[in-house]
Amino acid sequence: MADQVTGEHPTSPRTRTVETGYLARVEGEGGMHIRVVDGAVEQVRLTIFEPPRLFEAFLRGRSFTEAPDLTARICGICPVAYQSAATMAMEAICRVEVGARLRELRRLLYCGEWIASHALHVYLLHAPDFLGLPSVVEIARDHPEVVDRALRMKKIGNELMQVVGGRAIHPVNVRVGGFFRTPTRPELEALLPELEWGLDAARQTVRWAASLDVPRFEQDYEFVALDDGDRYPIDRGDRVRSSRGLDIPVAEFSDHVVEEHVEHANALHATLRERGPYLVGPLARYALAGDLLSEAARAAAEEVGLPRTVRNPFRSIVVRAVELVEAFHEALRIVHAYERPSSPAVECVPRAGTGHGVSEAPRGLIYHRYRIDGTGRILDATIVPPTAQNQPQIERDLADLVTAYLDLPHDELTLRCEQAIRNYDPCISCATHTLDVTVDRVERD
Amino acid sequence: MAGLPKLAVWKFSSCDGCQLSLLHCEDELLPLLGRIEIAYFPEATRTELDGPYDVSLVEGSVTTPEEAERIEAVRDRSEVLVAIGACATTGGIQALRNSADVDELARVVYAHPEYLDTLETSSPISAHVEVDHEIQGCPISRGQLLDTLLAILTGRRPNLPQSSVCMECKMLGTPCLMVTSGIGCLGPVTQAGCGALCPSYDRGCFGCYGPKELPNTAALAGRWSELGIPADAVARAFRTFTGNAPAFREESDRHG
Repeated sequence: MADQVTGEHPTSPRTRTVETGYLARVEGEGGMHIRVVDGAVEQVRLTIFEPPRLFEAFLRGRSFTEAPDLTARICGICPVAYQSAATMAMEAICRVEVGARLRELRRLLYCGEWIASHALHVYLLHAPDFLGLPSVVEIARDHPEVVDRALRMKKIGNELMQVVGGRAIHPVNVRVGGFFRTPTRPELEALLPELEWGLDAARQTVRWAASLDVPRFEQDYEFVALDDGDRYPIDRGDRVRSSRGLDIPVAEFSDHVVEEHVEHANALHATLRERGPYLVGPLARYALAGDLLSEAARAAAEEVGLPRTVRNPFRSIVVRAVELVEAFHEALRIVHAYERPSSPAVECVPRAGTGHGVSEAPRGLIYHRYRIDGTGRILDATIVPPTAQNQPQIERDLADLVTAYLDLPHDELTLRCEQAIRNYDPCISCATHTLDVTVDRVERD
Repeated sequence: MAGLPKLAVWKFSSCDGCQLSLLHCEDELLPLLGRIEIAYFPEATRTELDGPYDVSLVEGSVTTPEEAERIEAVRDRSEVLVAIGACATTGGIQALRNSADVDELARVVYAHPEYLDTLETSSPISAHVEVDHEIQGCPISRGQLLDTLLAILTGRRPNLPQSSVCMECKMLGTPCLMVTSGIGCLGPVTQAGCGALCPSYDRGCFGCYGPKELPNTAALAGRWSELGIPADAVARAFRTFTGNAPAFREESDRHG
């Protein structure tokens, strides 16, 4: 009840405000404001004071070949997601299909990004919440072996990106049509011992993540993820599917998703037309495509008793760990089977048209659409990143969480709300700003 | 950990990639933590210690009135301030707005530009406060970041290169792409630090480390023209992640 609240700075006897300042351990800066009146949640806002960087505007007039490098700069944590979506959109316009070997190499690069990003999130950004610690630094004091494992896994992901993409942050080797230079077999084979170690470390990560205490909290999500036929969706997909029957070709994505500019956020809010908030990311991929996981990943999930659909967002840390197993397993499979493509890229001749590109960023589906003219000049661009799609669902989680846990001491409730935001591994960094986490509680007679 | 120098990491308008470079120092991270105390680094920790700070790393450019005020406060509380990355040292990719009408750009992306509070230009940190060291690059190199931190801790000058990417190609033995294949390359005018990455991937340098000291951009642009590269492509090549650096901006403007 509200009178049990232990707020530090009551502005009136019936008002409680707690501020934690800045939402830590997310990419970018945002704020949270929750107002509770007489025990009922009246307002929830995930505020994003992101200084607009206006990418979609200054892409206009640039060459279609520049989109992968330019859009990579939206996010330093998932540049490959941007590069992949941009590349595939442009290839669709040019009516070019890259061959299976180049596609496998793209998937390998993407596995590197999943490994680096998931290892970062699971251990460095999310785990401290479950352990009641401020950061990985404190985890390292008591459990150095856990942090060693985390950093080594992350490093393998980065090394994979370095070999295939040139570097881990903003890779240089990706181009429309393929790559500038494809790696040799020995270059990739040199990664095998660490990838083998990483697969085992990922299995340990699943066990470790499953041992963490999670709050009791279930949500009835509409999950949305890419459909890549018989493969677990990572680098591409032909259709977008949801757990409630949405099943559309990628080209129709923007007909079904409404982007709205709300006053409290400089990121556009996305909802499904006439359906409302939805969830993209590990929980969605696992729910919709879990059957397509490798035997290794499925066995790791079964060993810890992970249900086939996870509706508790706090358990996303376990699903991310299962996806780490998948990414290591896929990377090993691709490296073992690797045959160097005969040419590093397929030639792409521009023609006037519109193209769509989608992929599964570590934190969820990302969509790009471009229109270019016959000379290859970009006329307009639309980019829908995962966090814009998850934002309305995050707000819904926060409202339900606060309602369910209103009796918690104020600081604990605030922390749990922060943790609920970090469940999504939000990437506000294309965005950003001062994050104020504020919980107001007002008592009325 | 009392007594260790205090490190703060600040974010302005950016992609987070340069501060992520610090977390990407996987082998050095834990040893580094024995030499320095993370006092403020929200991407990594909820801990917030009050200033003053011995070292502040500043990522990102200034694009809002709030950021213009905040950078002053950061400077006031910092003994040594290091601007990291192309955004912090040149204004970054978002400085592409500087030659356009920002309101019009905002209308392209946002339904309600009136909700936004943004400046006409994206400017580097040095346009607002005194900067002690600049590490160039989009993204920065981990090696240069670590060297700079160690230099500050030990009281020496950071070992940041003054030479061009060409020098790194020569040291690696990478054949010159412009000479052997006629590929446009910004290596001759771009500051070293990436390890001549792109040429080693059969790609011309695209200038993500920004201009080196006294770059002869006009001569290079002339050579590009001789290779048959159209003027608008030359203009765009100088107008990307560090296009607001004066040398690159002026060269770009000469070509349209």
